[in-house]
Amino acid sequence: MSTLNAPLPADPRLDARVEQQTGTPTPASPKRKGFGGSVWWRHALGVLALMWALFPILFIYSAATNPSGTLNTASLWPSGFSTANFTALFNDSSRPFWSWYKNSMIISFSGALVAVFIGACAAFAFSRLRFTGRRPGMMALLLTTFFPATLAIVAMYIIFAGIGDVLPAIGLNTVTGLVLAYLGGALGANVWLLKGYFDTVPRELDEAAIVDGASHARIFFTMTLRLVMPILVTVFMLVFVGLYGEFMLASVFLTDVESQTLGVGLYGMTLGNDANTLFGRFTAGALLGSIPVMLLYLAFQRQLVGGLTTGSVK
Amino acid sequence: MTKPIALAIKWVLILATMAGILWIATRLAQAGNTIAVIIAGAVGMGILAIYATRRSVPLKYLVPGLLFMILFQLWPVLYTVSLSTTNYGDGHLYSKQESVTDIVAQSVREVPNTPRYKMSVATKEGGDPTTADLVLLLTKPDGSTFVGDKTGLQPLAATGVEKTSIGKITKAPGYTVLTAKQANARSKDLSAIAVPTTDGGGIKPVGLSEAFEGRATVSYDAAADRLTDDATQPPAVYAPKDARWVNVADPSQSFPQGWQESVGLANYTRIFTDPTIRSGFVGIFIWNVAFAIASVLTTFLLGMLIALLFNDPRLRGKAVYRSLLILPYALPGFVTALVWKGMFNQDYGIINQTLGLSVDWLGTPAGAKAAILITNLWLGFPYMFIVCTGALQSIPQDVREAATIDGANAFRTLRSIIMPLLLVAVGPLLLASFAFNFNNFGLIYLLTKGGPFNGADTSIGSSDLLITYAYRLAFSGVAPNYGFAAAVSVVIFLLVALMSIPGFRRTKALEEVN
Repeated sequence: MSTLNAPLPADPRLDARVEQQTGTPTPASPKRKGFGGSVWWRHALGVLALMWALFPILFIYSAATNPSGTLNTASLWPSGFSTANFTALFNDSSRPFWSWYKNSMIISFSGALVAVFIGACAAFAFSRLRFTGRRPGMMALLLTTFFPATLAIVAMYIIFAGIGDVLPAIGLNTVTGLVLAYLGGALGANVWLLKGYFDTVPRELDEAAIVDGASHARIFFTMTLRLVMPILVTVFMLVFVGLYGEFMLASVFLTDVESQTLGVGLYGMTLGNDANTLFGRFTAGALLGSIPVMLLYLAFQRQLVGGLTTGSVK
Repeated sequence: MTKPIALAIKWVLILATMAGILWIATRLAQAGNTIAVIIAGAVGMGILAIYATRRSVPLKYLVPGLLFMILFQLWPVLYTVSLSTTNYGDGHLYSKQESVTDIVAQSVREVPNTPRYKMSVATKEGGDPTTADLVLLLTKPDGSTFVGDKTGLQPLAATGVEKTSIGKITKAPGYTVLTAKQANARSKDLSAIAVPTTDGGGIKPVGLSEAFEGRATVSYDAAADRLTDDATQPPAVYAPKDARWVNVADPSQSFPQGWQESVGLANYTRIFTDPTIRSGFVGIFIWNVAFAIASVLTTFLLGMLIALLFNDPRLRGKAVYRSLLILPYALPGFVTALVWKGMFNQDYGIINQTLGLSVDWLGTPAGAKAAILITNLWLGFPYMFIVCTGALQSIPQDVREAATIDGANAFRTLRSIIMPLLLVAVGPLLLASFAFNFNNFGLIYLLTKGGPFNGADTSIGSSDLLITYAYRLAFSGVAPNYGFAAAVSVVIFLLVALMSIPGFRRTKALEEVN
């Protein structure tokens, strides 16, 4: 699945350099002009950009706390604070919001964890071991990222319907089945991102460990995995966010309301007449549903910015 | 970690995997899927050979990922290609033999004065009562018990079977008996069930607790490959045509049960020759390309302008700006699309209200396209902003100073020095962004569902991408056509491949593998 992949293969070797460049403020130019320089217009335009970036988020908050809870009464500015929408959302037995939340978290967390692990294993092989087919293998992985398996969704559906006949626990309508389907795309661009970072760990460390009698498994599990922790965190976050927002496969796989994800469930609240009457509850759910991803982004902002920009400054 | 513990963990994991594969193989064997059993066995042997020996170290690290990739990425893609040459879809789900069996069994009429069976509706044990295939647990008047489904009637061993006083089965090993409420909810499926019997008749349910055995009015002549229905006078004869049984005398009549067969490249020729589909397909393709290009350009331009705006060492508070500007990118995609859908509402949406407009954003083709591009601009500009900021900061200061010394003004420096360097740096990312947007299913589906639709024609929407079009063909129509949808998917594959070849050849990534 393309959604499982980090947005782009980047070269984390440059991480340190860019972090340094983007993180530390450049020393002010000595030729500073007049009253604090002519940066006020930059601030003015910057505030304009902020308004553009933030007004929908303000709207989500206003609509979620709007006492009337319908689309036609929702306004950009908060018109009073009420938790009625949240209460209504939590007590709606036909829309099990917390089940959706739980499903989304389970799918994204377990999917990202396994994807990072098998990606790290493959990256270790590509970075540290030498075998025939290594270069073609890397290139084949890059090629697969050009062909998202979401295009094969009809086949995925039929395959999992067939699997469900034999093994109901991982067929359609199961969280496990969906995670397995996502894991098909766990290699791909992730491995490029991981391998680039693995390459920055000095091979001399491995060689020293081999001389000391350590096996490859011991080197991998007790040494390499610890040294590459930053990139593991980055890839985990990218995969987590990708899976959390995935809609297409989830909507086809999960038809039972109890097994749906947040995306599929919330989508069901915006259809037909519900779009107006349930808008307050929907935005309340959207607000709560955004929290995990927002927290991840704000917590790992530096890694994310580093990971995204390194790809661009080759 | 000491060595014995590591070794113990390794062997526990190997044994657990083997046990898992063995269990899966048993289930597959029960389902009678020989090829799958052989494959499962081969995978198990392979895993044992790789992990239990000291050889093939690289494979030990590659196998987990490869296994998932082959099972859930490669196989689906190949399966799509093979599906695209069939007519698989609504009314063509089974084999020809199954369609004959089903038609014959469905034509069963009750013969007067024959005994009825006591019946319980059940599913195989572990099946979902709301969706799993139904089976009938039957008790003959003499007390013998049977289990029947659409493949036929089997005797049911008496051990473990519990019956009510009138003979209705309440419990049977291996099956889950549905409650009356559950069975009633499946009455539509129940009415479609007919258990074929060996003498050409069939058993059909009457209500929820009885079934009759009757004689079939339709008979199959294997030699002539014809179905004959005696229910009408004169008997109607049906011959196979286009994977359906069609009445020879009146070709407008046919049985709904068709069968799956290979149609060669018919699905592909249909895309390019059927006038409605061809013109629709071309229209979708043009909009698809325009959408992807426009999305990349608008997000890149806005992102770059904001990056240039903040690319001034004197500006303070850049970290705050950056944290806030990244927020649109940090919102889950489905939230963004659905909230914008609410904001674009013609009557109540805040966009029309705030700007004093009454544009029918989602109801007109142009409005829907504009709404999609505006939403995608909001969604995508933070990414471009981050990327451009990184790229701008990697342009060495001395290059700019040299330009200034040579007398270039700020605009000239931007146009002739900064822009070329920036484009070289972010070029591959723009291509990747194009490829992503080309198949941006989530945005379109959640915002407009591909609509608005032109009149009564609900197959092609005016803001459809190829991928939303294929999705609707397969899953949303009244008559899903998996084969045709697969053919459209394969065409998308080829189009993406053709368009990405130039970009792929230019990326240096391939040459950097060391």
